[in-house]
Amino acid sequence: MTLEEIKNVIIEIIQDIDEDADLSSLNPKEALRDQLDLDSMDFLDIVMELRKRYKIQIPEADYPELASLDSCVNYLGPRLQSS
Amino acid sequence: MSLKSLDTASESYDAIVIGSGLGGLTTANRLANAGHSILLVEHHHQLGGLATWFKRKGHIFDVSLHGFPYGMVKTCRKYWNRAIMDSIVQLKNIVFDNPQFSLQTTFERQDFTDILQNKFGIKNEVIQNFFSTIGSMNFYDDQSMTTRELFEKFFPGRSDVHRLLMEPITYANGSTMEDPAITYGIVFSNFMNKGVFTFKGGTDQLIGMMEEELVKNGVKICTRAKVNRIVIEKGQVRGVMAEGNGEERFIQAPCVISNSGILNTINNLAGKDAFPKEFQEATNKVRVNNSSCQVYIGIKDGEIIDDVGDLLFTSKAEHFSSEELLDMHTKSKTFSVYYPKTRPGHNRYTIVASMNARYDDWAHLTDDNYQQEKDNLIKRTMSDLEKYLPGVTDKCDWLEAATPKTFHRYTFHTKGTSFGTKFEGLDVSRSISKVVKGLFHVGSVGIIMSGWLGAINYGVIVANDADAYLRS
Repeated sequence: MTLEEIKNVIIEIIQDIDEDADLSSLNPKEALRDQLDLDSMDFLDIVMELRKRYKIQIPEADYPELASLDSCVNYLGPRLQSS
Repeated sequence: MSLKSLDTASESYDAIVIGSGLGGLTTANRLANAGHSILLVEHHHQLGGLATWFKRKGHIFDVSLHGFPYGMVKTCRKYWNRAIMDSIVQLKNIVFDNPQFSLQTTFERQDFTDILQNKFGIKNEVIQNFFSTIGSMNFYDDQSMTTRELFEKFFPGRSDVHRLLMEPITYANGSTMEDPAITYGIVFSNFMNKGVFTFKGGTDQLIGMMEEELVKNGVKICTRAKVNRIVIEKGQVRGVMAEGNGEERFIQAPCVISNSGILNTINNLAGKDAFPKEFQEATNKVRVNNSSCQVYIGIKDGEIIDDVGDLLFTSKAEHFSSEELLDMHTKSKTFSVYYPKTRPGHNRYTIVASMNARYDDWAHLTDDNYQQEKDNLIKRTMSDLEKYLPGVTDKCDWLEAATPKTFHRYTFHTKGTSFGTKFEGLDVSRSISKVVKGLFHVGSVGIIMSGWLGAINYGVIVANDADAYLRS
């Protein structure tokens, strides 16, 4: 997967979680939580969906890596390269 | 009919969920959605655990549908379906009446701010500080501060304010002033967000809709089936021994999620020997929360009662104390009033009075004394209710009481607890899978993972853990 594809996957998963969220103007560097109405349960949903789609295991200690779109892509990039 | 007997279950599943409280139902649904084959085993003839109802003489009584926070809207949409979410409606008229104050509120932050400012004379700055302090609390925060200390910090010596803030939460989750302040802050903030909500159509409709969703997602549901033992070999779950129609059988699964009480799960279903000594010691320190008494009041078909509010927190006790609320003859109780709008099409009024109670006060009475105490409980309740609804006694055609023994009989909960465990239960529940591979617990623990919203969200958290295990 390219980094752009990973970013699109994350956006798609978030859109499923919050159908009303406007994701077109997300700042990739800024924390998702500060731009969207996401809580800790939503991040759990992202983790579970990534596991379902790509069999990727994200330990709880790594959840902070999912804070912004950029950090998601950086974290997931090497882990999803083979898929 | 989607509820089947145990003999129709297959030989093996990816995961078995024991018990169908809201936590168990949600874990089953999430795991099925993630593609796993799931068996849900429930000992009762209907699903829901304490999210339950029963029918008498044309009345439908809700046992635990008294109001949940707005967070249920999002939770139901994400983890159940839109139809369930669309049935959630606000209860706008919450009433307090006690010797210290009488008031009506929507139980929202703005309304509470106005009340604290205008009726109790608290400065706005203090109120906003209080809200922002509790609003930023997390369950992993420091637990050394108690709720009493939190109240004393912001509203020193104001027992009336403490009562306003604490009384509803004591009924909601059994917590007291001596419990960690975070257990209070998290739950109270959830309610203050947008007020108190309920499920239009009643508990029976909600559980029916959940059952449909589970079946759609491929969950096999067996009722009147009791798990006697979780089979564990060499520190790993192998399946369960379950009984239905008097016949016991082994069903294989690498993963078992118990929605039975945490102490039942460890001490009775798995057996303490399955756990290391340190874990057993931590388990022995878990305190279960208190139980409840309820009185179910059915208004005759055709009779009408006035709208006196949806949820009434009433007390004749001069001052609030957690001890007084737990007393067998407490002068404090809530009335949940169900108007015909609760169940559109079912044109009936019912009232459920709830009190906190201790199992030990009720468990050791002789049969005669037990019956007499139950009768007195009903008499006291009706006399209290007459204040708000004069003449209501003559309009009733059903009166029935439940005690901690009743809660114990239907749920098997240790000491009939209706609010799970105190705070330390959360850690034990969360770490069970670290000591026995494939074993998970979901259910009311730690005060915060309690109530309808807490139970469902905890079901999601545990489903994530179990899914990670199944895919590892």
